[in-house]
Amino acid sequence: MTPYWPSLLGGMLIGLSATMLLLLNGRVAGISGILGRLAQGAQIPTNAAFVIGLILGPLFYRLLAGNWPDVTITASLPVIALAGLLVGFGTRMGSGCTSGHGIVGLARLSPRSIAAVLTFLSAGVTTVTLMRLVSP
Amino acid sequence: MNRMMQILTALVSGAVFGLGLSLSGMLDPTRVRGFLDVGGGWDPSLAFVLGGAVMVAFAGMAMRRRLQHPAFDDSFNLPATTPIDTRLILGSAIFGVGWGMAGLCPGPALASLSLGLAPVVLFVGTMLAGMVVHDRLVPKPMTPTPVVGAS
Repeated sequence: MTPYWPSLLGGMLIGLSATMLLLLNGRVAGISGILGRLAQGAQIPTNAAFVIGLILGPLFYRLLAGNWPDVTITASLPVIALAGLLVGFGTRMGSGCTSGHGIVGLARLSPRSIAAVLTFLSAGVTTVTLMRLVSP
Repeated sequence: MNRMMQILTALVSGAVFGLGLSLSGMLDPTRVRGFLDVGGGWDPSLAFVLGGAVMVAFAGMAMRRRLQHPAFDDSFNLPATTPIDTRLILGSAIFGVGWGMAGLCPGPALASLSLGLAPVVLFVGTMLAGMVVHDRLVPKPMTPTPVVGAS
């Protein structure tokens, strides 16, 4: 059975995180934005704190659930390296990723974010489909 | 005082975000690619992650409109509403191709660093390089874009 409940509950925690950051700090929980500003040396203490918390998240999961979350990577290292470059470059150019546009942007009903989400979902679906057809 | 509370809020928000990602299944690139493979063995479960997150964040946005300012700062720092432009669409398309190739996007990639897997470390390294290359090569747009912005 595909686990829908953990996905829904996990998603709600992500929404809670975005809500906390907005109502308490007045900031958008967009990971590529937070990381990009950190790379530029902007607002280091808060951006670094968020990233550290994010990295600690799976450790808390390990404590609560008793096991690590599944992470299975099948792509080869050159593919991973190129994918990372594209993700880094693309999220800066498009000013957002799955979190900033996908969660906060959609929750704000921002037309820019709706356009961004439709674009990266279509590009992702197309890429996965083409890769499956080329090497099933 | 506010400064310390901002840092603490960021730390806790990050941890809740990472815990949510871990629980949701989004950390697993194989599941992410299965979610994107709508014409193959489609795994729709990750749509519930986005649904749950947007639902809660939507309530958060409604609460924001009743507040003068956030608890620990003088004003909200939200992206400016600029028109949909080539940069937004092209950037999002480039991101989507990379996302489909590896099954990793920035949040899950950072969170799964804690598992110490070499491919994830490599991905985060080249992702940072991609960000720096963009910020060096591509001139800032004329309109004030979401510098503080969307994610």
